Amino acid sequence: MAIAPNSTAPLFSEGASSTLRLILYLAASIACMVADHRGDWIEHARHAAGVVVEPLYRIAALPAELARDTRVAIADRGALSEQNARLSRELLIAQTQLRRYEGVQEQNQRLHELLAVQQTLGLSVQLARVVNVDLGPFRRHYLTLDVGVDNGVAVGQAVIDAHGVMGQIVEVRARSCTVMLITDSEHAIPVRIERTGLRTIARGSVTGELDTLDLPTIPVSADVKVGDRIVTSGLGGRFPADFPVGVIRAIANDPSGMFAAAKATPDALIDRSGEVLVLHELAEPLGPPTLAPTFGPPTTIADPAAIAAATAPVAGAKRAQR
Amino acid sequence: MNRSRGLNALFWGSIALCYVLALAPLPTVLVPLKPFWLALVLVYWLLEMPERVPLGLAFTLGVVGDLVAGELLGEQAMRLCVLCFITLRFRSRLRFFPMWQQTMAVFGLLLNDRVVYLMVHTFAGDPAPGADFWLAPVAGTVVWPWLFLLLDDLRARQRAHEA
Repeated sequence: MAIAPNSTAPLFSEGASSTLRLILYLAASIACMVADHRGDWIEHARHAAGVVVEPLYRIAALPAELARDTRVAIADRGALSEQNARLSRELLIAQTQLRRYEGVQEQNQRLHELLAVQQTLGLSVQLARVVNVDLGPFRRHYLTLDVGVDNGVAVGQAVIDAHGVMGQIVEVRARSCTVMLITDSEHAIPVRIERTGLRTIARGSVTGELDTLDLPTIPVSADVKVGDRIVTSGLGGRFPADFPVGVIRAIANDPSGMFAAAKATPDALIDRSGEVLVLHELAEPLGPPTLAPTFGPPTTIADPAAIAAATAPVAGAKRAQR
Repeated sequence: MNRSRGLNALFWGSIALCYVLALAPLPTVLVPLKPFWLALVLVYWLLEMPERVPLGLAFTLGVVGDLVAGELLGEQAMRLCVLCFITLRFRSRLRFFPMWQQTMAVFGLLLNDRVVYLMVHTFAGDPAPGADFWLAPVAGTVVWPWLFLLLDDLRARQRAHEA
């Protein structure tokens, strides 16, 4: 036992508890931290702990849900009917737009078929609720969702809301998962300026603001204005192309003077979303198209050795290019 | 050593409640003011019944806390070990301090804990947090006397109930 009996414990001396013990435990915790920071074998431990942790998340989120439900329950009639009127107005507008988009989509489909392009924008999404828990001051830019492996969610899937891209899933448990928001300082998303087509990278702000994206590497000569919309470029294959990300808010020179650094406001309601969409299909990575079939005389009449000799240098050159 | 069932329930119940309170969301304005509940409760139990909280338990509870919060594994464990060690070292004096002095001592403990927290995350390469990072110890200090009185009262009732 670490404690001497009370009667003999001196009032002003050390030795009430052993320093050796402290050193041992500190060493153990440092070992844990290094192992966690470096390797990912801890992931398995976390996964096992998920069984206990998930119900705890639900319990912790309960008061907030209760408060929300109460607010809905006691919301006065006037506010509700006003909201109802607004929503039906919005629905009307949305439906009109939808009709137009349907026409456009049909036309697009036809043109795609004409051009024989295989890449389409077919998306399947899954609705998920945000579980409202607070994971500590260094994890403000994370969300917990109520879907997990059991619902077919996997690490790397993109998360969006009605207005734009929110982030991507970084950790899954059986019935919940953790999302890293695009505003996290460790997150970067490949984007395109919609007006000019300029490709760049948007990172979460280093200072940890929830409503800011940094675009630190824009060429000084590039044509970028305040108010330009930025969308995902689809490069890297994590996020599908052409989803709204944000709007440029300010442009300045970066300290080195080599680049212009812009700040953008994310489109998604990063800190206010109650329900989000998990994109189910991972986006097709944009890359070089598949090689066209080699043309030549039918193999039945051509000499197989000659064909091998003709195609081998091409394959070798392709490999050398990479 | 009379470890009654009621006392056990109070001890583990208070600790379980800490985990829930740490996770529970608050309005955005209040978020930086969330105290380190687990530390406060452990300090109370250390002052009153140190034989119940060996350093090993502090370590284990910390690891559980890390698993719950999904932060760096071992970080809370380290913070709690340091905190419990210091509290044990000065326990005999802390116990007989008047309340305001004890509260100041708890403020010092929480501040030290925050420094350890910041140190760990600086080593891990995280960006420095904003100024509101330092508000949590203040909130913890404000909460301490009430928490102390509440737990003391619950324990006294428990004892009266047993007798």
